[in-house]
Amino acid sequence: MCGIVGIYLKNKKLSKDLGKYLTGMMQGMATRGPDSAGFAIYSENKKSKEYKYSVCLLNNYSFNTFKKIITKKFKNLKIKQHSDHVILTSDSDPKKIVSFISTELKEASLVGYGKSIEIFKQVGNPIDVIKNFQLDKFSGTHAIGHTRMATESAITTNGSHPYSTGQDECLVHNGSLSNHNNLRRKLLKQGQSFDSENDTEVAAGYVSNSLSNKKSLKETLVNGLKDLDGFYTFITGTREGFAIVRDEIACKPAVIAETKDYVAIASEFQAMAHLPGVNTAKIFEPEPGVVYSWGN
Amino acid sequence: MGELIKLDLKKKTLREVNDLLQNLDPKSNLRNYLVTNPTGNHAVCAGLKDEMEVLVKGHVGYYCAGMNQKALITIEGNVGTGVAENMMSGTVHVKGNASQSAGATAHGGTLIIDGNASSRCGISMKGIDIIVKGSVGHMSAFMAQAGNMVICGDAGEALGDSLYEAKLFVRGTVKSLGADCEEKKISKKDMEILKSLLKKANIKNFDANDFKMYGSARKLYNFNIDNVSEY
Repeated sequence: MCGIVGIYLKNKKLSKDLGKYLTGMMQGMATRGPDSAGFAIYSENKKSKEYKYSVCLLNNYSFNTFKKIITKKFKNLKIKQHSDHVILTSDSDPKKIVSFISTELKEASLVGYGKSIEIFKQVGNPIDVIKNFQLDKFSGTHAIGHTRMATESAITTNGSHPYSTGQDECLVHNGSLSNHNNLRRKLLKQGQSFDSENDTEVAAGYVSNSLSNKKSLKETLVNGLKDLDGFYTFITGTREGFAIVRDEIACKPAVIAETKDYVAIASEFQAMAHLPGVNTAKIFEPEPGVVYSWGN
Repeated sequence: MGELIKLDLKKKTLREVNDLLQNLDPKSNLRNYLVTNPTGNHAVCAGLKDEMEVLVKGHVGYYCAGMNQKALITIEGNVGTGVAENMMSGTVHVKGNASQSAGATAHGGTLIIDGNASSRCGISMKGIDIIVKGSVGHMSAFMAQAGNMVICGDAGEALGDSLYEAKLFVRGTVKSLGADCEEKKISKKDMEILKSLLKKANIKNFDANDFKMYGSARKLYNFNIDNVSEY
């Protein structure tokens, strides 16, 4: 089943409430995906050289040990703990940090990185997960969330969404793909790397691969309608905004509510019922096989 | 109809409200209800089986007014998947848009949608009358067996695929017809049905003569003319 949600703020004055809005949306979708939950928050980054790294500490790996090792290796590093995740902020070369985390720190997994994205995901009921990360305290420009009912691969942190396979990119998925193994092999040949056996990660990799080939997000998702076989409603995020697409059979639900202040997307309306002004919003279902995007 | 009774879903649980509406005292003349704050809940007003009028103010989730018998249920908002699914009788009136599978498998009654309906509207309908003032999505009236569907706007891909004996009236364009669905000549009797349905939905701005009718080519199933009165 799975629940997906997204909110993009047109009115920047609301940015401090972004986490609060997403909290209600994820709570509303908890019944669609009780196995694990995750979310990506985008916020403006005024320091152009700084990158943020979202790191998950596996198997109760000690925050203090992690901090000791990473701060010894990299100077001028800001480090903040959120439950079993850590956000590192640094203006060092991202290649060095990414490579250090993936090769030297076996008990830490890089969930995603970029100039504005922060990603958090955890196994457990979404109600608990968002509490653990104190999602309601976050501010930002746009956000995407997912509640998972596992069907296709195991209930683990790296089987949870959102998937980030490129800088400041992420993707959440309701559905299942049927040609992901073949597509994964093709993408691996083109230099894309994968951390899991999950079908959704292949879709995220497909989007990253296409964006790195200078295709626009809209063009990428239009091409995806031909290349990705299966059932899906995807929400994909970039630094600038997000987009939604449903497969042409449209088995998986989605509803969009748009006001002058925001665009909200959810699997079901009940996830948006708490949003201000939603009762007078323009509410519609995205049509099958049509890409809708905001901010891109 | 008696006085108007207000049921606020912020103060009462959905189960309490449905339980009350599903089990009215047959002797009671309290038959006029207002349901507020549905906040996208599923199964609002499902399983009502008595004469009453219910106005739901706000957007609802899946299977609203499902299995309805006799009640008149009006929703001032949008509805999720499967509104009035398996309705037996009565009327369901949606003032906003409807999601997919509106009126699915319904045996009777009338479903009026003021806005648009998504894909699979009237899938496997078995006798219901569905009137959509806007457009419908793909695979609408799939395997529709009996009843009538009036679409004042356009129809999406594969309208009436594997159709049995339901009649489909479309005023706008049809993106494509499904297997075994074809345009039919509108007989006098069909025109009467169409006019009565337009009247029932209080549609005055559209002329019945602007509609085309679609029905089954009867090649996909074993149709026997001797049984025509059964459909």
